[in-house]
Amino acid sequence: MTTSTTVARGEAGFEGSPEFTSGRRGFIVTTLRDQPQAIIGLMVVVMFILIAIFAPLIATYSIHAKTGPIYQAPSSTHWLGTDDGGVDMFSLLVYGSRVSLEVGFAAALVAMLIGGTVGVVSGFFGGWVDVLLMRITDIFLVIPDLPLIIVVAAIFGRHLINIIIIIGIIYWTSTARLVRAQVKSVRERVYVKRARSIGAGNRRLVVKHVLPQVAPLLIANTVLTIALAVFLETYITFLGLGDPSTVSWGKLIENSFLGNAVLNNAWWAIVPPGVAVTVVILACTMVGQSMEDALNPRLKVGHLAVRRFRLRPLHGQLDNE
Amino acid sequence: MQRSDYILKRTLFALMTVFVAVTLNFVLFRALPGDAVTGLKCHNCTIQFKEALRHDLGLDKSKWQQYVIYLKKLSHGDMGTTFIGNKPVRGELWEPIKKTLGMITLGTVFSIIFGVFTGVISAWRRGTVVDKTSVWTALAFYSVPTQWLGLMIVYFVADRVGLPHGGIQSPDYGILGNPGTFDFLVDRTAHMILPALTLGLVLYGDYTLIVRSAMLETLGEDYVLTARAKGMSNWAIVWKHGFRNAMLPVVTLIALSLGFIIGGAITIEYVFDYPGIGLAIVDAIDKRDYAFLQGAFLVLTLSVILFNFIADLLYFKLDPRVTT
Repeated sequence: MTTSTTVARGEAGFEGSPEFTSGRRGFIVTTLRDQPQAIIGLMVVVMFILIAIFAPLIATYSIHAKTGPIYQAPSSTHWLGTDDGGVDMFSLLVYGSRVSLEVGFAAALVAMLIGGTVGVVSGFFGGWVDVLLMRITDIFLVIPDLPLIIVVAAIFGRHLINIIIIIGIIYWTSTARLVRAQVKSVRERVYVKRARSIGAGNRRLVVKHVLPQVAPLLIANTVLTIALAVFLETYITFLGLGDPSTVSWGKLIENSFLGNAVLNNAWWAIVPPGVAVTVVILACTMVGQSMEDALNPRLKVGHLAVRRFRLRPLHGQLDNE
Repeated sequence: MQRSDYILKRTLFALMTVFVAVTLNFVLFRALPGDAVTGLKCHNCTIQFKEALRHDLGLDKSKWQQYVIYLKKLSHGDMGTTFIGNKPVRGELWEPIKKTLGMITLGTVFSIIFGVFTGVISAWRRGTVVDKTSVWTALAFYSVPTQWLGLMIVYFVADRVGLPHGGIQSPDYGILGNPGTFDFLVDRTAHMILPALTLGLVLYGDYTLIVRSAMLETLGEDYVLTARAKGMSNWAIVWKHGFRNAMLPVVTLIALSLGFIIGGAITIEYVFDYPGIGLAIVDAIDKRDYAFLQGAFLVLTLSVILFNFIADLLYFKLDPRVTT
C-alpha cells in the first residue's frame, strides 16, 4: 500500500515518493507521520489523558467544597471563576475529564468487542450466521439510537458502569458492518486460502491472518466511537440521567443550564466544559478519520481538476489500487 | 420482477424492524427494577394509588399475558394512558409532535441545503483553502454537543439578533387583544428560528462531511475522467456525473440521521424551553412517567423506520442497479 497524505487534507502540491510499508504496525506509524492532523489529534488526546490521570495535582481547589462566592468571574485565584455552588470551575473541569474520558474509552472498548466479534464471526463464517447477525445489525442500525439510549438510560441508568455498558451495547452496529465487510474480503485472499489448505484451523486463521488485517480499521473505528461516547455522556447527563455522584463535562454543562448561568451572565460556567468536549471529540475524529481515509485508497484519486483548466493528479501520482 | 422483489424485501425488513421495535418497547419497560409504577413521582402517589394503577395497567398479570394485551391494544392504536394526569398517551403525544415537526423541518431543510452546497464545493476544491476551511468548520459543528451549542446561542446570539429564545410564543401573547393570523405566524416562526438554527448547524457539519466524501468517491470514477476528456464543463461534470451519483449514499445517510435529528431536537427543546415532543420527553423522564416515555419512544422509532423505508424505495428509484 502506498502511503501518502490523503487528498482531503493533504498539502497541496506536495509530491511524496511512494513508500512501501510492511505490516499493520507500519501502517499506523506512517499514518501518524504523514498526516499532521492525526499527530495533533493524538497529542491532544494524550494531553487530556494526562490531565485526567494527574487531576489531583493539577486541580487548584477541592471540587466538593465552596471555595468562593457564587458565580464569581475568573480571577487570579479562580482561573475559570466559580459555579452556582461557589466551587472552582477550573478544578471541576480538570476532574470532569476523568469521568468523561473514562466513559469514552470504556464504552468504545465495549462497542469494539461486541462489534468486532459480530463482524468477524459474520464475515468469516458466512452462511446463515452471517444473514442472522447482519439482519440484527441492520435492525439496530435503523432503530434511532438517541431515543433508545434515553429509554434504556431512564430504566437502567444513573450509575457510571451502566452508562458505559448502555453506550457500548447500542453503538456496536457500525463497527460490526465495517469489520464484516473487511473480513469478507480478507477471507478470500490467497494467503488465507493457502493457510487453510495447509491445515490451519478457524481459530488460527482468524487470530493469525484475519484479525491483523482488520485491526487498523477496527482501531480507527474505535477511536471514532470514543468521540461518540464522550458526546453521548454529555447527552445522557444533560437529560438528568447521569450518575449523580460524579463530576463530568456533561454534568458541568447540565449544571450551567440548571444553575441559570445564562441569566447570571456567567459565560465561564458555560463555555469551558463544552469547549473541552468539542476539543476531545474533534481530536478523536481527526485521528480516527485520517486512519480511515488512509485505508480508503479511492479517496486519493480525483479526476476533476481542483482549479479550472488544469488536470492534475493530487500527489503527482495515481494510486495503483 | 426484480423491482417487486426489492420492494418486497424492504417491506419485510421494515415490518421485521417494526416488530423488534414494538417488542423492545415492551421488554425494556418491563425490565425496570421493580415495575413501571415503583419509581413514579407525583404529589398524590400513595401506595394505594400505585396498587390501583398496577391493576389498571395489568401489571399483576403474567408477562406473556401482558405482552399479548399490549400487542392487541397497540393494533388498535391504543398506547395506554399517562401515569400523570391519566390521559390517553396518543392524544398527549400528538400536540407536542405537531410543534416539533415545524421546528425540525426548518432546521433539517436548512442543513441539507447548506450542507450539500458546502460539501460539493469542498469536494470539488479538495485540498484548497476553501476545502480546508469548510471541512474544519463542519468538523467543529459536528463535534459540538448539541445542548451546549444551544446554550451558547442563547447566551451569545439571541439578544444580539433580537430573537426570542424561550417558549413557542411571546408571553404577553393574546393578552393584548387577539392578533391576526399573520402576526401569529410571525411570532411562532420567530420562536422557531433559534432552535431550528441550532439543529441545522449541528446537522450541517455532519451532512457536509458525508456529501464531501461521497463526492470525492464519485469524482474519482473513470466516467468523470471520460467526461472531462469529452470536454464537458466543470459545472456539468459536478452536477450531472458527480452530484447525482453522490446523492445515492447521501439519501440513505440522511434518512439514517433522522434518529439523530430527533435526539438532537430533544435537548434543543429542553434548552430553548420549546414545548415540543422533546420537552415532553424530558418532563416524562423527570417524573418517571414511563407510559408516556414508552409511547413517545414507539412513535419516534416507528417514524424513523418509516422514513428509512421510504429512503430505501427512493434509493431504488434513483439507482436501478440496486439488487439487494
